[in-house]
Amino acid sequence: MKAASVRLWRTSPLTYLALVVGCLTSLFPIYWMFVVATRSNDVINDVPPPLLPGGEFGANVGRVFANEHAAFAYGLVNSLVVSSVVTLSVVFFSTLAGFAFAKLRFRGRNGLLLVIVGTMMVPVQLGLIPLYMLMVKIGWNGTLQAVIVPFLVSGFGVFMMRQYAAEAISDELVEAARVDGCSTFRIYWNVVLPVLRPAAAVLGLLTFMQTWNEFIWPYAVLDANTPTVQLSLSLLATAYYTDYAQVFAATALATLPLLAVFILFGRQIIGGIMEGAIKS
Amino acid sequence: MTSSSVIRSSAAARAAGDRVPWRSRLTRADVKFAPYFFIAPFFVLFAIFGAFPLVYTGWVSLHDWHLIGEHTFVGFANYTALFADPDFWNALKNTVGIFLLATVPQLLMALAVANLLNRKIRARTFFRMGVLIPNVTSVAAVGIVFGQLFARDVGLVNYLITTFGLDAVDWQANTWSSWIAIAVMVDWRWTGYNTLILLGAMQAIPKDLYESASLDGAAPWQQFWRITVPLLRPTLVFTVIISTIGGLQLFTEPVIFGNGKMLGGTLGQFQTVTMYMYETAFQRFQYGYGAAIAWSLFGLIVVFSLVNLLLIRRAAR
Repeated sequence: MKAASVRLWRTSPLTYLALVVGCLTSLFPIYWMFVVATRSNDVINDVPPPLLPGGEFGANVGRVFANEHAAFAYGLVNSLVVSSVVTLSVVFFSTLAGFAFAKLRFRGRNGLLLVIVGTMMVPVQLGLIPLYMLMVKIGWNGTLQAVIVPFLVSGFGVFMMRQYAAEAISDELVEAARVDGCSTFRIYWNVVLPVLRPAAAVLGLLTFMQTWNEFIWPYAVLDANTPTVQLSLSLLATAYYTDYAQVFAATALATLPLLAVFILFGRQIIGGIMEGAIKS
Repeated sequence: MTSSSVIRSSAAARAAGDRVPWRSRLTRADVKFAPYFFIAPFFVLFAIFGAFPLVYTGWVSLHDWHLIGEHTFVGFANYTALFADPDFWNALKNTVGIFLLATVPQLLMALAVANLLNRKIRARTFFRMGVLIPNVTSVAAVGIVFGQLFARDVGLVNYLITTFGLDAVDWQANTWSSWIAIAVMVDWRWTGYNTLILLGAMQAIPKDLYESASLDGAAPWQQFWRITVPLLRPTLVFTVIISTIGGLQLFTEPVIFGNGKMLGGTLGQFQTVTMYMYETAFQRFQYGYGAAIAWSLFGLIVVFSLVNLLLIRRAAR
Protein backbone atom coordinates (compact mmCIF):
# COMPACT_ATOMS: atom_id res chain seq x y z
CA MET A 1 0.00 0.00 0.00
CA LYS A 2 2.75 2.35 1.00
CA ALA A 3 4.77 1.46 -2.09
CA ALA A 4 1.73 1.98 -4.31
CA SER A 5 1.03 5.44 -2.96
CA VAL A 6 4.69 6.37 -3.25
CA ARG A 7 4.69 5.31 -6.87
CA LEU A 8 1.47 7.21 -7.43
CA TRP A 9 2.77 10.49 -6.06
CA ARG A 10 6.33 10.27 -7.24
CA THR A 11 7.18 13.62 -8.79
CA SER A 12 9.93 13.46 -11.33
CA PRO A 13 12.22 16.37 -12.25
CA LEU A 14 10.56 16.22 -15.67
CA THR A 15 7.28 17.33 -14.07
CA TYR A 16 9.00 20.35 -12.59
CA LEU A 17 10.73 21.07 -15.87
CA ALA A 18 7.39 21.00 -17.70
CA LEU A 19 5.77 23.23 -15.08
CA VAL A 20 8.61 25.72 -15.14
CA VAL A 21 8.49 25.90 -18.93
CA GLY A 22 4.70 26.36 -18.73
CA CYS A 23 5.02 29.16 -16.21
CA LEU A 24 7.75 30.89 -18.21
CA THR A 25 5.49 30.81 -21.26
CA SER A 26 2.71 32.31 -19.14
CA LEU A 27 4.89 35.01 -17.70
CA PHE A 28 7.03 35.94 -20.68
CA PRO A 29 4.56 38.26 -22.50
CA ILE A 30 3.95 40.13 -19.25
CA TYR A 31 7.66 40.35 -18.60
CA TRP A 32 8.19 41.54 -22.17
CA MET A 33 5.55 44.20 -21.61
CA PHE A 34 7.66 45.59 -18.75
CA VAL A 35 10.87 45.33 -20.77
CA VAL A 36 9.44 47.43 -23.60
CA ALA A 37 7.68 49.79 -21.17
CA THR A 38 11.03 50.65 -19.58
CA ARG A 39 12.99 51.13 -22.81
CA SER A 40 13.18 53.86 -25.41
CA ASN A 41 11.83 53.21 -28.90
CA ASP A 42 15.14 53.16 -30.76
CA VAL A 43 16.47 50.43 -28.45
CA ILE A 44 13.40 48.24 -28.89
CA ASN A 45 13.96 48.03 -32.62
CA ASP A 46 17.55 46.90 -32.14
CA VAL A 47 18.69 43.52 -33.40
CA PRO A 48 18.89 41.52 -31.18
CA PRO A 49 16.09 43.12 -29.10
CA PRO A 50 16.83 43.96 -25.44
CA LEU A 51 15.74 41.30 -22.97
CA LEU A 52 16.24 43.19 -19.73
CA PRO A 53 14.26 46.17 -18.39
CA GLY A 54 15.78 49.61 -18.78
CA GLY A 55 15.30 52.93 -17.01
CA GLU A 56 12.92 54.80 -19.29
CA PHE A 57 9.64 53.89 -17.58
CA GLY A 58 9.16 57.37 -16.08
CA ALA A 59 9.71 59.08 -19.43
CA ASN A 60 7.33 56.69 -21.22
CA VAL A 61 4.64 57.12 -18.58
CA GLY A 62 5.08 60.88 -18.89
CA ARG A 63 4.34 60.63 -22.62
CA VAL A 64 1.25 58.53 -21.88
CA PHE A 65 -0.24 61.07 -19.50
CA ALA A 66 0.66 63.96 -21.78
CA ASN A 67 -1.13 62.32 -24.72
CA GLU A 68 -4.33 64.31 -25.21
CA HIS A 69 -5.99 61.78 -27.49
CA ALA A 70 -6.14 58.95 -24.98
CA ALA A 71 -7.12 60.81 -21.75
CA PHE A 72 -5.30 58.09 -19.89
CA ALA A 73 -5.41 59.54 -16.36
CA TYR A 74 -9.11 60.13 -16.82
CA GLY A 75 -9.52 56.54 -18.02
CA LEU A 76 -7.79 55.19 -14.92
CA VAL A 77 -10.01 57.21 -12.58
CA ASN A 78 -13.15 56.26 -14.52
CA SER A 79 -12.27 52.58 -14.42
CA LEU A 80 -11.63 52.77 -10.69
CA VAL A 81 -15.05 54.37 -10.12
CA VAL A 82 -16.89 52.00 -12.45
CA SER A 83 -15.22 48.85 -11.10
CA SER A 84 -15.72 49.83 -7.46
CA VAL A 85 -19.40 50.69 -7.83
CA VAL A 86 -20.16 47.58 -9.87
CA THR A 87 -18.24 45.35 -7.44
CA LEU A 88 -19.99 46.69 -4.31
CA SER A 89 -23.37 46.42 -5.96
CA VAL A 90 -22.84 42.91 -7.35
CA VAL A 91 -21.60 41.64 -3.99
CA PHE A 92 -24.51 43.22 -2.10
CA PHE A 93 -27.30 42.06 -4.41
CA SER A 94 -25.75 38.63 -4.98
CA THR A 95 -25.38 37.83 -1.29
CA LEU A 96 -28.89 39.17 -0.64
CA ALA A 97 -30.52 37.13 -3.39
CA GLY A 98 -28.26 34.13 -2.81
CA PHE A 99 -29.36 34.04 0.83
CA ALA A 100 -33.02 34.26 -0.18
CA PHE A 101 -32.67 31.41 -2.68
CA ALA A 102 -30.71 29.20 -0.28
CA LYS A 103 -32.44 29.75 3.04
CA LEU A 104 -35.87 31.37 2.66
CA ARG A 105 -39.07 29.65 1.63
CA PHE A 106 -41.18 31.39 -0.98
CA ARG A 107 -43.44 30.52 -3.85
CA GLY A 108 -41.70 30.12 -7.22
CA ARG A 109 -38.24 29.75 -5.71
CA ASN A 110 -36.98 26.90 -7.87
CA GLY A 111 -38.40 28.30 -11.09
CA LEU A 112 -36.85 31.70 -10.50
CA LEU A 113 -33.48 30.15 -9.67
CA LEU A 114 -33.63 28.27 -12.97
CA VAL A 115 -34.25 31.57 -14.77
CA ILE A 116 -31.11 32.99 -13.14
CA VAL A 117 -29.03 30.02 -14.28
CA GLY A 118 -30.47 30.52 -17.77
CA THR A 119 -29.39 34.17 -17.85
CA MET A 120 -25.79 33.03 -17.44
CA MET A 121 -25.93 31.37 -20.88
CA VAL A 122 -26.88 34.51 -22.82
CA PRO A 123 -23.97 36.00 -24.78
CA VAL A 124 -23.39 39.72 -24.17
CA GLN A 125 -22.85 40.47 -27.84
CA LEU A 126 -26.42 39.54 -28.71
CA GLY A 127 -27.78 42.53 -26.80
CA LEU A 128 -25.15 45.03 -27.91
CA ILE A 129 -27.18 46.81 -30.59
CA PRO A 130 -30.47 47.27 -28.70
CA LEU A 131 -28.67 48.11 -25.47
CA TYR A 132 -26.86 50.83 -27.39
CA MET A 133 -30.17 52.06 -28.81
CA LEU A 134 -31.64 52.10 -25.31
CA MET A 135 -28.72 54.17 -24.06
CA VAL A 136 -29.13 56.65 -26.90
CA LYS A 137 -32.85 56.93 -26.14
CA ILE A 138 -32.33 57.71 -22.45
CA GLY A 139 -29.31 59.88 -23.21
CA TRP A 140 -26.77 57.77 -21.37
CA ASN A 141 -24.41 57.07 -24.27
CA GLY A 142 -21.01 58.55 -23.58
CA THR A 143 -21.63 58.56 -19.81
CA LEU A 144 -20.40 56.28 -17.08
CA GLN A 145 -23.95 55.23 -16.11
CA ALA A 146 -24.02 53.32 -19.39
CA VAL A 147 -21.18 51.04 -18.28
CA ILE A 148 -22.30 50.83 -14.64
CA VAL A 149 -26.05 50.41 -14.40
CA PRO A 150 -26.51 47.36 -16.70
CA PHE A 151 -23.91 45.47 -14.64
CA LEU A 152 -25.13 46.19 -11.11
CA VAL A 153 -26.42 42.64 -10.80
CA SER A 154 -24.95 39.34 -11.95
CA GLY A 155 -26.66 36.00 -12.45
CA PHE A 156 -23.36 34.25 -11.95
CA GLY A 157 -22.94 36.07 -8.61
CA VAL A 158 -26.41 35.15 -7.35
CA PHE A 159 -25.89 31.52 -8.29
CA MET A 160 -22.42 31.38 -6.73
CA MET A 161 -23.68 32.89 -3.46
CA ARG A 162 -26.68 30.58 -3.39
CA GLN A 163 -24.43 27.54 -3.69
CA TYR A 164 -22.18 28.80 -0.94
CA ALA A 165 -24.98 29.88 1.42
CA ALA A 166 -26.77 26.56 1.04
CA GLU A 167 -23.72 24.79 2.45
CA ALA A 168 -22.24 27.32 4.84
CA ILE A 169 -25.36 28.46 6.70
CA SER A 170 -27.37 26.10 8.87
CA ASP A 171 -31.15 26.43 9.01
CA GLU A 172 -30.93 26.46 12.82
CA LEU A 173 -28.85 29.62 12.73
CA VAL A 174 -31.47 31.43 10.69
CA GLU A 175 -34.31 30.07 12.87
CA ALA A 176 -32.56 31.08 16.10
CA ALA A 177 -32.12 34.62 14.85
CA ARG A 178 -35.77 34.67 13.82
CA VAL A 179 -36.89 33.52 17.31
CA ASP A 180 -34.75 36.27 18.81
CA GLY A 181 -36.93 38.72 16.91
CA CYS A 182 -34.63 39.67 14.01
CA SER A 183 -36.24 40.94 10.83
CA THR A 184 -35.23 39.09 7.67
CA PHE A 185 -32.94 41.90 6.62
CA ARG A 186 -31.26 41.94 10.03
CA ILE A 187 -30.70 38.20 9.77
CA TYR A 188 -29.03 38.85 6.40
CA TRP A 189 -26.94 41.73 7.68
CA ASN A 190 -25.89 40.42 11.11
CA VAL A 191 -25.90 36.65 10.69
CA VAL A 192 -25.64 35.67 7.01
CA LEU A 193 -23.28 38.29 5.60
CA PRO A 194 -20.44 37.53 8.07
CA VAL A 195 -20.64 33.83 7.15
CA LEU A 196 -20.66 34.58 3.41
CA ARG A 197 -17.69 36.92 3.63
CA PRO A 198 -14.99 34.61 2.18
CA ALA A 199 -17.11 33.73 -0.87
CA ALA A 200 -18.25 37.33 -1.21
CA ALA A 201 -14.61 38.42 -1.26
CA VAL A 202 -13.84 36.05 -4.14
CA LEU A 203 -16.90 37.25 -6.04
CA GLY A 204 -15.80 40.82 -5.40
CA LEU A 205 -12.29 40.17 -6.72
CA LEU A 206 -13.55 38.40 -9.84
CA THR A 207 -16.12 41.13 -10.50
CA PHE A 208 -13.59 43.92 -10.04
CA MET A 209 -11.14 42.30 -12.46
CA GLN A 210 -13.80 41.53 -15.02
CA THR A 211 -15.21 45.06 -14.91
CA TRP A 212 -11.75 46.61 -15.11
CA ASN A 213 -10.98 44.47 -18.17
CA GLU A 214 -14.32 44.94 -19.96
CA PHE A 215 -13.74 46.03 -23.53
CA ILE A 216 -16.47 45.63 -26.14
CA TRP A 217 -19.33 47.46 -24.38
CA PRO A 218 -17.28 50.52 -23.33
CA TYR A 219 -15.84 50.52 -26.87
CA ALA A 220 -19.36 50.68 -28.28
CA VAL A 221 -21.06 53.10 -25.92
CA LEU A 222 -18.33 55.42 -24.63
CA ASP A 223 -16.23 57.91 -26.54
CA ALA A 224 -12.76 59.41 -26.18
CA ASN A 225 -14.10 62.10 -23.82
CA THR A 226 -15.19 59.63 -21.13
CA PRO A 227 -13.05 56.55 -21.62
CA THR A 228 -12.42 53.61 -19.33
CA VAL A 229 -8.82 52.55 -19.06
CA GLN A 230 -9.19 49.78 -21.68
CA LEU A 231 -10.72 52.25 -24.13
CA SER A 232 -7.85 54.71 -23.54
CA LEU A 233 -5.46 51.85 -24.09
CA SER A 234 -6.98 50.82 -27.39
CA LEU A 235 -7.12 54.44 -28.60
CA LEU A 236 -3.46 54.79 -27.76
CA ALA A 237 -2.46 51.45 -29.25
CA THR A 238 -4.28 51.89 -32.52
CA ALA A 239 -3.21 55.48 -33.10
CA TYR A 240 0.39 55.20 -31.91
CA TYR A 241 1.22 51.60 -32.66
CA THR A 242 4.74 52.42 -33.76
CA ASP A 243 5.51 54.09 -30.42
CA TYR A 244 5.78 50.77 -28.64
CA ALA A 245 7.46 52.21 -25.55
CA GLN A 246 4.57 54.58 -24.89
CA VAL A 247 1.88 52.03 -25.67
CA PHE A 248 3.50 49.37 -23.51
CA ALA A 249 3.97 51.80 -20.62
CA ALA A 250 0.23 52.45 -20.80
CA THR A 251 -0.49 48.72 -21.01
CA ALA A 252 1.67 48.15 -17.94
CA LEU A 253 -0.14 50.93 -16.06
CA ALA A 254 -3.52 49.41 -16.93
CA THR A 255 -2.35 45.95 -15.87
CA LEU A 256 -0.46 46.84 -12.67
CA PRO A 257 -3.53 47.26 -10.41
CA LEU A 258 -4.75 43.83 -11.50
CA LEU A 259 -1.37 42.22 -10.95
CA ALA A 260 -1.24 43.78 -7.47
CA VAL A 261 -4.69 42.43 -6.64
CA PHE A 262 -3.74 39.05 -8.04
CA ILE A 263 -0.48 38.79 -6.10
CA LEU A 264 -2.28 39.75 -2.86
CA PHE A 265 -5.34 37.54 -3.30
CA GLY A 266 -4.24 34.94 -5.87
CA ARG A 267 -4.81 32.05 -3.50
CA GLN A 268 -8.45 33.02 -2.89
CA ILE A 269 -9.10 33.69 -6.58
CA ILE A 270 -7.69 30.30 -7.56
CA GLY A 271 -9.70 28.64 -4.79
CA GLY A 272 -12.85 30.32 -6.08
CA ILE A 273 -12.29 29.19 -9.68
CA MET A 274 -11.56 25.60 -8.63
CA GLU A 275 -14.51 25.55 -6.24
CA GLY A 276 -16.86 26.78 -8.95
CA ALA A 277 -15.73 23.96 -11.19
CA ILE A 278 -16.64 21.21 -8.77
CA LYS A 279 -20.11 22.56 -8.18
CA SER A 280 -21.14 23.30 -11.72
CA MET B 1 -57.25 39.93 40.98
CA THR B 2 -59.64 40.99 38.26
CA SER B 3 -57.01 43.00 36.40
CA SER B 4 -54.54 40.12 36.39
CA SER B 5 -57.15 37.74 35.02
CA VAL B 6 -57.92 40.26 32.26
CA ILE B 7 -54.26 40.34 31.37
CA ARG B 8 -54.10 36.59 31.39
CA SER B 9 -57.14 36.22 29.19
CA SER B 10 -55.86 38.77 26.68
CA ALA B 11 -52.58 36.91 26.57
CA ALA B 12 -54.49 33.72 25.89
CA ALA B 13 -56.47 35.43 23.17
CA ARG B 14 -53.29 36.66 21.60
CA ALA B 15 -51.80 33.20 21.70
CA ALA B 16 -54.92 31.80 20.09
CA GLY B 17 -54.54 34.35 17.31
CA ASP B 18 -57.90 36.09 17.82
CA ARG B 19 -56.42 39.54 17.64
CA VAL B 20 -53.05 39.53 16.01
CA PRO B 21 -51.00 42.43 17.34
CA TRP B 22 -49.37 44.87 14.99
CA ARG B 23 -45.84 43.70 15.65
CA SER B 24 -46.45 40.06 14.87
CA ARG B 25 -48.44 40.95 11.74
CA LEU B 26 -45.42 42.93 10.61
CA THR B 27 -43.20 39.92 11.23
CA ARG B 28 -45.48 37.71 9.21
CA ALA B 29 -45.48 40.17 6.30
CA ASP B 30 -41.70 40.35 6.57
CA VAL B 31 -41.34 36.58 6.37
CA LYS B 32 -43.68 36.43 3.42
CA PHE B 33 -42.46 39.33 1.31
CA ALA B 34 -38.80 39.86 2.24
CA PRO B 35 -37.55 37.09 -0.12
CA TYR B 36 -39.20 38.82 -3.06
CA PHE B 37 -37.62 42.15 -2.16
CA PHE B 38 -34.26 40.43 -1.87
CA ILE B 39 -34.38 38.92 -5.34
CA ALA B 40 -36.26 41.76 -7.05
CA PRO B 41 -33.20 43.94 -7.91
CA PHE B 42 -31.73 41.17 -10.03
CA PHE B 43 -34.90 40.54 -11.98
CA VAL B 44 -35.76 44.21 -12.49
CA LEU B 45 -32.30 45.14 -13.75
CA PHE B 46 -31.99 41.99 -15.84
CA ALA B 47 -35.39 42.59 -17.41
CA ILE B 48 -34.37 46.11 -18.50
CA PHE B 49 -30.75 45.58 -19.52
CA GLY B 50 -30.61 41.84 -20.28
CA ALA B 51 -33.93 40.38 -21.44
CA PHE B 52 -35.31 43.44 -23.18
CA PRO B 53 -32.28 44.00 -25.45
CA LEU B 54 -32.30 40.30 -26.27
CA VAL B 55 -35.89 40.27 -27.46
CA TYR B 56 -35.59 43.69 -29.05
CA THR B 57 -32.63 42.48 -31.15
CA GLY B 58 -35.00 39.95 -32.69
CA TRP B 59 -37.52 42.71 -33.44
CA VAL B 60 -34.89 45.06 -34.90
CA SER B 61 -33.57 42.24 -37.09
CA LEU B 62 -36.93 42.09 -38.89
CA HIS B 63 -36.62 45.72 -39.99
CA ASP B 64 -34.75 47.84 -42.43
CA TRP B 65 -33.43 49.95 -39.59
CA HIS B 66 -30.90 52.54 -40.59
CA LEU B 67 -30.73 55.55 -38.37
CA ILE B 68 -32.08 55.20 -34.87
CA GLY B 69 -35.81 55.79 -35.12
CA GLU B 70 -36.22 55.37 -38.91
CA HIS B 71 -37.31 51.89 -39.89
CA THR B 72 -39.62 49.75 -42.00
CA PHE B 73 -40.70 46.19 -41.39
CA VAL B 74 -39.12 43.78 -43.88
CA GLY B 75 -39.77 40.37 -42.34
CA PHE B 76 -36.94 37.92 -42.81
CA ALA B 77 -35.29 39.88 -45.62
CA ASN B 78 -32.22 40.63 -43.49
CA TYR B 79 -31.73 36.94 -42.87
CA THR B 80 -32.10 35.94 -46.51
CA ALA B 81 -29.67 38.70 -47.47
CA LEU B 82 -27.29 37.40 -44.84
CA PHE B 83 -27.30 33.92 -46.33
CA ALA B 84 -26.30 35.34 -49.69
CA ASP B 85 -23.67 37.66 -48.22
CA PRO B 86 -20.10 36.52 -48.98
CA ASP B 87 -18.72 38.81 -46.27
CA PHE B 88 -20.82 37.04 -43.67
CA TRP B 89 -19.66 33.60 -44.84
CA ASN B 90 -16.08 34.82 -44.82
CA ALA B 91 -16.46 36.09 -41.24
CA LEU B 92 -18.08 32.81 -40.26
CA LYS B 93 -15.27 30.79 -41.81
CA ASN B 94 -12.68 32.88 -39.96
CA THR B 95 -14.52 32.60 -36.65
CA VAL B 96 -14.91 28.83 -36.83
CA GLY B 97 -11.35 28.39 -38.09
CA ILE B 98 -9.79 30.46 -35.31
CA PHE B 99 -12.12 28.84 -32.78
CA LEU B 100 -11.00 25.32 -33.74
CA LEU B 101 -7.36 26.32 -34.01
CA ALA B 102 -7.51 27.83 -30.52
CA THR B 103 -9.83 25.53 -28.60
CA VAL B 104 -8.48 22.08 -29.41
CA PRO B 105 -4.83 22.71 -28.35
CA GLN B 106 -6.03 24.85 -25.46
CA LEU B 107 -8.09 22.11 -23.83
CA LEU B 108 -5.47 19.44 -24.49
CA MET B 109 -2.79 21.63 -22.91
CA ALA B 110 -5.08 22.45 -19.99
CA LEU B 111 -5.68 18.75 -19.41
CA ALA B 112 -1.95 18.03 -19.50
CA VAL B 113 -1.00 20.90 -17.17
CA ALA B 114 -3.82 20.08 -14.74
CA ASN B 115 -2.51 16.52 -14.62
CA LEU B 116 0.96 17.85 -13.76
CA LEU B 117 -0.40 20.16 -11.08
CA ASN B 118 -2.44 17.33 -9.58
CA ARG B 119 0.75 15.63 -8.40
CA LYS B 120 2.43 16.16 -5.11
CA ILE B 121 4.58 19.17 -5.95
CA ARG B 122 6.37 21.89 -4.11
CA ALA B 123 5.45 25.56 -4.58
CA ARG B 124 1.92 24.59 -5.62
CA THR B 125 0.45 28.07 -5.19
CA PHE B 126 3.28 29.60 -7.19
CA PHE B 127 2.70 27.30 -10.18
CA ARG B 128 -1.06 27.77 -10.01
CA MET B 129 -0.68 31.53 -9.97
CA GLY B 130 1.87 31.26 -12.76
CA VAL B 131 -0.53 29.53 -15.11
CA LEU B 132 -3.49 31.78 -14.21
CA ILE B 133 -1.72 35.12 -14.57
CA PRO B 134 -2.48 35.52 -18.31
CA ASN B 135 -6.18 35.30 -17.55
CA VAL B 136 -5.95 38.20 -15.13
CA THR B 137 -4.64 40.64 -17.73
CA SER B 138 -7.13 42.38 -20.00
CA VAL B 139 -7.90 41.25 -23.53
CA ALA B 140 -6.90 44.68 -24.77
CA ALA B 141 -3.48 44.34 -23.14
CA VAL B 142 -3.06 40.84 -24.57
CA GLY B 143 -3.94 42.11 -28.04
CA ILE B 144 -1.41 44.91 -27.78
CA VAL B 145 1.48 42.81 -26.46
CA PHE B 146 0.94 39.98 -28.93
CA GLY B 147 0.41 42.45 -31.74
CA GLN B 148 3.99 43.58 -31.11
CA LEU B 149 5.32 40.03 -30.69
CA PHE B 150 3.82 39.13 -34.09
CA ALA B 151 4.77 42.39 -35.82
CA ARG B 152 6.32 41.95 -39.27
CA ASP B 153 9.53 43.96 -38.98
CA VAL B 154 10.30 44.39 -35.30
CA GLY B 155 8.38 41.49 -33.73
CA LEU B 156 10.11 39.05 -31.42
CA VAL B 157 8.54 35.99 -33.07
CA ASN B 158 9.95 36.89 -36.47
CA TYR B 159 13.29 37.66 -34.85
CA LEU B 160 13.36 34.11 -33.45
CA ILE B 161 12.23 32.58 -36.74
CA THR B 162 14.90 34.37 -38.75
CA THR B 163 17.54 33.41 -36.19
CA PHE B 164 16.77 29.81 -37.06
CA GLY B 165 17.34 30.64 -40.71
CA LEU B 166 13.69 30.72 -41.78
CA ASP B 167 11.93 33.52 -43.64
CA ALA B 168 10.09 36.15 -41.61
CA VAL B 169 6.31 35.80 -41.76
CA ASP B 170 3.97 38.70 -42.40
CA TRP B 171 1.56 37.47 -39.71
CA GLN B 172 -1.24 39.90 -40.53
CA ALA B 173 -1.16 39.46 -44.28
CA ASN B 174 -2.13 35.81 -44.73
CA THR B 175 -5.15 33.85 -43.62
CA TRP B 176 -3.38 31.02 -41.89
CA SER B 177 -0.70 33.10 -40.21
CA SER B 178 -3.21 35.61 -38.85
CA TRP B 179 -5.43 32.78 -37.57
CA ILE B 180 -2.45 31.22 -35.82
CA ALA B 181 -1.39 34.52 -34.23
CA ILE B 182 -4.90 35.15 -32.90
CA ALA B 183 -5.30 31.54 -31.72
CA VAL B 184 -2.03 31.87 -29.79
CA MET B 185 -3.41 34.94 -27.98
CA VAL B 186 -6.59 33.10 -27.06
CA ASP B 187 -4.69 30.04 -25.90
CA TRP B 188 -2.25 32.08 -23.87
CA ARG B 189 -5.08 33.81 -22.04
CA TRP B 190 -7.40 30.86 -21.42
CA THR B 191 -5.30 27.71 -20.98
CA GLY B 192 -4.55 28.47 -17.32
CA TYR B 193 -8.18 29.17 -16.49
CA ASN B 194 -9.30 25.86 -17.97
CA THR B 195 -6.40 24.15 -16.21
CA LEU B 196 -7.69 25.29 -12.82
CA ILE B 197 -11.27 24.29 -13.61
CA LEU B 198 -10.05 20.81 -14.59
CA LEU B 199 -7.70 20.64 -11.62
CA GLY B 200 -10.57 21.41 -9.26
CA ALA B 201 -12.54 18.53 -10.71
CA MET B 202 -9.50 16.20 -10.67
CA GLN B 203 -9.01 16.75 -6.97
CA ALA B 204 -12.57 15.65 -6.31
CA ILE B 205 -11.76 12.19 -7.73
CA PRO B 206 -11.28 9.75 -4.83
CA LYS B 207 -7.61 8.84 -4.37
CA ASP B 208 -8.29 5.15 -3.60
CA LEU B 209 -9.40 4.66 -7.22
CA TYR B 210 -5.81 5.36 -8.27
CA GLU B 211 -4.37 3.29 -5.45
CA SER B 212 -6.29 0.18 -6.38
CA ALA B 213 -5.53 0.79 -10.06
CA SER B 214 -1.79 0.97 -9.42
CA LEU B 215 -2.03 -2.16 -7.23
CA ASP B 216 -3.57 -3.84 -10.27
CA GLY B 217 -0.52 -2.71 -12.21
CA ALA B 218 -2.04 0.10 -14.25
CA ALA B 219 0.62 2.47 -15.59
CA PRO B 220 0.18 6.21 -14.89
CA TRP B 221 -0.93 7.00 -18.43
CA GLN B 222 -3.47 4.16 -18.28
CA GLN B 223 -4.78 5.59 -15.03
CA PHE B 224 -5.02 8.98 -16.70
CA TRP B 225 -7.06 7.76 -19.68
CA ARG B 226 -9.12 5.14 -17.83
CA ILE B 227 -9.89 6.95 -14.57
CA THR B 228 -9.15 10.67 -14.77
CA VAL B 229 -10.55 11.53 -18.18
CA PRO B 230 -13.84 9.60 -17.89
CA LEU B 231 -14.53 11.02 -14.44
CA LEU B 232 -13.82 14.53 -15.71
CA ARG B 233 -16.52 14.28 -18.35
CA PRO B 234 -19.02 16.77 -16.85
CA THR B 235 -16.25 19.32 -16.31
CA LEU B 236 -14.88 18.74 -19.80
CA VAL B 237 -18.34 19.44 -21.19
CA PHE B 238 -18.42 22.62 -19.14
CA THR B 239 -15.03 23.85 -20.38
CA VAL B 240 -15.82 22.99 -24.00
CA ILE B 241 -19.10 24.87 -23.90
CA ILE B 242 -17.58 27.89 -22.15
CA SER B 243 -14.81 27.93 -24.77
CA THR B 244 -17.37 27.63 -27.55
CA ILE B 245 -19.43 30.55 -26.30
CA GLY B 246 -16.29 32.65 -25.86
CA GLY B 247 -14.60 31.52 -29.07
CA LEU B 248 -17.55 32.25 -31.35
CA GLN B 249 -17.82 35.78 -29.92
CA LEU B 250 -14.15 36.51 -30.56
CA PHE B 251 -13.69 40.24 -31.02
CA THR B 252 -11.06 42.15 -29.08
CA GLU B 253 -7.95 40.18 -30.04
CA PRO B 254 -8.49 40.40 -33.81
CA VAL B 255 -9.61 44.06 -33.56
CA ILE B 256 -6.46 45.16 -31.79
CA PHE B 257 -4.31 42.84 -33.92
CA GLY B 258 -5.72 44.75 -36.91
CA ASN B 259 -4.89 48.16 -35.36
CA GLY B 260 -8.44 48.89 -34.24
CA LYS B 261 -10.04 48.36 -37.62
CA MET B 262 -13.14 46.20 -37.93
CA LEU B 263 -12.23 44.87 -41.36
CA GLY B 264 -9.80 42.22 -40.13
CA GLY B 265 -6.95 42.72 -42.58
CA THR B 266 -6.86 43.91 -46.18
CA LEU B 267 -8.95 41.01 -47.45
CA GLY B 268 -10.93 40.41 -44.28
CA GLN B 269 -8.75 37.38 -43.62
CA PHE B 270 -9.32 37.65 -39.88
CA GLN B 271 -12.63 39.47 -39.60
CA THR B 272 -14.83 37.55 -37.15
CA VAL B 273 -18.64 37.49 -37.05
CA THR B 274 -18.75 39.87 -34.08
CA MET B 275 -16.43 42.29 -35.90
CA TYR B 276 -18.71 42.13 -38.93
CA MET B 277 -21.71 42.77 -36.72
CA TYR B 278 -19.97 45.76 -35.15
CA GLU B 279 -18.95 47.13 -38.53
CA THR B 280 -22.48 46.77 -39.88
CA ALA B 281 -24.28 48.35 -36.94
CA PHE B 282 -21.88 50.91 -35.57
CA GLN B 283 -19.95 51.99 -38.64
CA ARG B 284 -22.45 51.50 -41.46
CA PHE B 285 -25.45 52.14 -39.19
CA GLN B 286 -27.41 49.19 -40.59
CA TYR B 287 -28.90 48.23 -37.24
CA GLY B 288 -31.44 45.78 -38.63
CA TYR B 289 -28.83 43.85 -40.56
CA GLY B 290 -26.46 43.90 -37.58
CA ALA B 291 -29.22 42.55 -35.35
CA ALA B 292 -29.80 39.71 -37.82
CA ILE B 293 -26.09 38.87 -37.57
CA ALA B 294 -26.37 38.89 -33.77
CA TRP B 295 -29.28 36.45 -33.79
CA SER B 296 -27.57 34.19 -36.31
CA LEU B 297 -24.51 34.18 -34.07
CA PHE B 298 -26.67 33.22 -31.12
CA GLY B 299 -28.22 30.37 -33.10
CA LEU B 300 -24.75 29.25 -34.10
CA ILE B 301 -23.57 29.22 -30.48
CA VAL B 302 -26.55 27.12 -29.45
CA VAL B 303 -25.98 24.65 -32.31
CA PHE B 304 -22.25 24.39 -31.60
CA SER B 305 -22.81 23.88 -27.89
CA LEU B 306 -25.29 21.09 -28.58
CA VAL B 307 -23.02 19.40 -31.12
CA ASN B 308 -20.14 19.58 -28.63
CA LEU B 309 -22.32 18.14 -25.93
CA LEU B 310 -23.26 15.18 -28.13
CA LEU B 311 -19.72 14.59 -29.35
CA ILE B 312 -18.21 14.62 -25.89
CA ARG B 313 -20.95 12.42 -24.47
CA ARG B 314 -20.28 9.90 -27.22
CA ALA B 315 -16.47 10.11 -27.09
CA ALA B 316 -16.25 9.73 -23.33
CA ARG B 317 -18.83 6.95 -23.03
